[in-house]
Amino acid sequence: MNNSLALLGLLQRQPSYGYDLKHSYDRYFGTEKALAFGQVYATLARMARDEFILALGDETGGGPDRKQYRITEAGQERVSDWLFTPDVPSENLQSNLFAKTVIALLTDDDAARLLELQRAEHMSRMRALTKLKQGASILQVLICDHGLFHIEADLRWIDLTGARLAQLKKELQGA
Amino acid sequence: MNAQAQTAPILSARGLRHSFGSTEALRGIDVDIHPGEVLAVMGPSGSGKSTLLHCLAGVITPDAGSVTYQPGPAVGQSVTISSLNEAGRSRLRLTEFGFVFQFGQLLPELSALDNVTIPLLLNGTRRKDALQRSAELLDRLGLQDNGTKRPSELSGGQAQRVAVARALATAPKILFADEPTGSLDSLAAENVLTQMLQLVREAGTTLVMITHDPRTAAYADREILVRDGAVAAGYQVAP
Repeated sequence: MNNSLALLGLLQRQPSYGYDLKHSYDRYFGTEKALAFGQVYATLARMARDEFILALGDETGGGPDRKQYRITEAGQERVSDWLFTPDVPSENLQSNLFAKTVIALLTDDDAARLLELQRAEHMSRMRALTKLKQGASILQVLICDHGLFHIEADLRWIDLTGARLAQLKKELQGA
Repeated sequence: MNAQAQTAPILSARGLRHSFGSTEALRGIDVDIHPGEVLAVMGPSGSGKSTLLHCLAGVITPDAGSVTYQPGPAVGQSVTISSLNEAGRSRLRLTEFGFVFQFGQLLPELSALDNVTIPLLLNGTRRKDALQRSAELLDRLGLQDNGTKRPSELSGGQAQRVAVARALATAPKILFADEPTGSLDSLAAENVLTQMLQLVREAGTTLVMITHDPRTAAYADREILVRDGAVAAGYQVAP
């Protein structure tokens, strides 16, 4: 996820202080990993430089935490572009797991074991996310579901690759 | 080592082999299931996972190997299911085990409430008590307004929750579920699983759940993977 654009999107609702923005971000997107204040202020400074946001008068002349920001027209356009530009599917086509599987096959190592280990790790993560859903808010449930469906897609790939290992090995070693 | 690994298994299978004609469905399976544990049995279609469940639950007798049921810590309580005759296995299934199948398999001409009472009446519970217990279970599963409906008047998720109530009516020690949410959409599946798991965990029931779906398996405490009639490497019982 693009943190900067998410922060910019949150600023579309109303002008905010960095402190409040960070807490809004954490509430919606930071379930597992809260955003650091430093990262928020650095992002705000960069977005102000790029004229996506404006500081509304320096209050008590303090640092970035004392400034209230509002989004500019250019900022709104940037958010709109982000929202309505579809993400590229399968951007992880050459994933680390794919690379490890190919290397294991090329070097006669145990690719099946590698996939089994990854499978167990994926299932363990799915169990943790499923547990997190119990009694959680609908917002948290949605985030967990997103994670669960993505991990499931990986698992399907792992299972299918496991079933194709013999064929893959033959092809790779013949290449 | 976790706490469950330190208790004696409630169900233990060793060297299970079973064939249908010339097709080997199980090729030497060992598995231990601990009291109160929720175990997912995963594997592709035709991997042998349903045959494994049928052997564990005493629905069929394996060609070779043993299945031992140890409901409590007392010596002499253990039963070798794989050595029982058909009548013995039937009795065990009625009194100790519960079953949920992919397509509820409710009796279509009976109401939801009557479907749940059947196993209780079969094991000798008085009708009044059976009806009370069944109504309580339907309440717990959010079906309090559906007791008089027939299965055809229920949604897939509601029918499956009636099947869960029926399976749990006799307070079984072990619940066996074969693709319990396989015919439901994601949201209905989630509701059935959440409610089934809540009841199972409250009662300390052991659950053995077959599924090819990782999202369903993620509700379990652990999973084993069956492939080509054997437990896949990494999921095997420690020697």
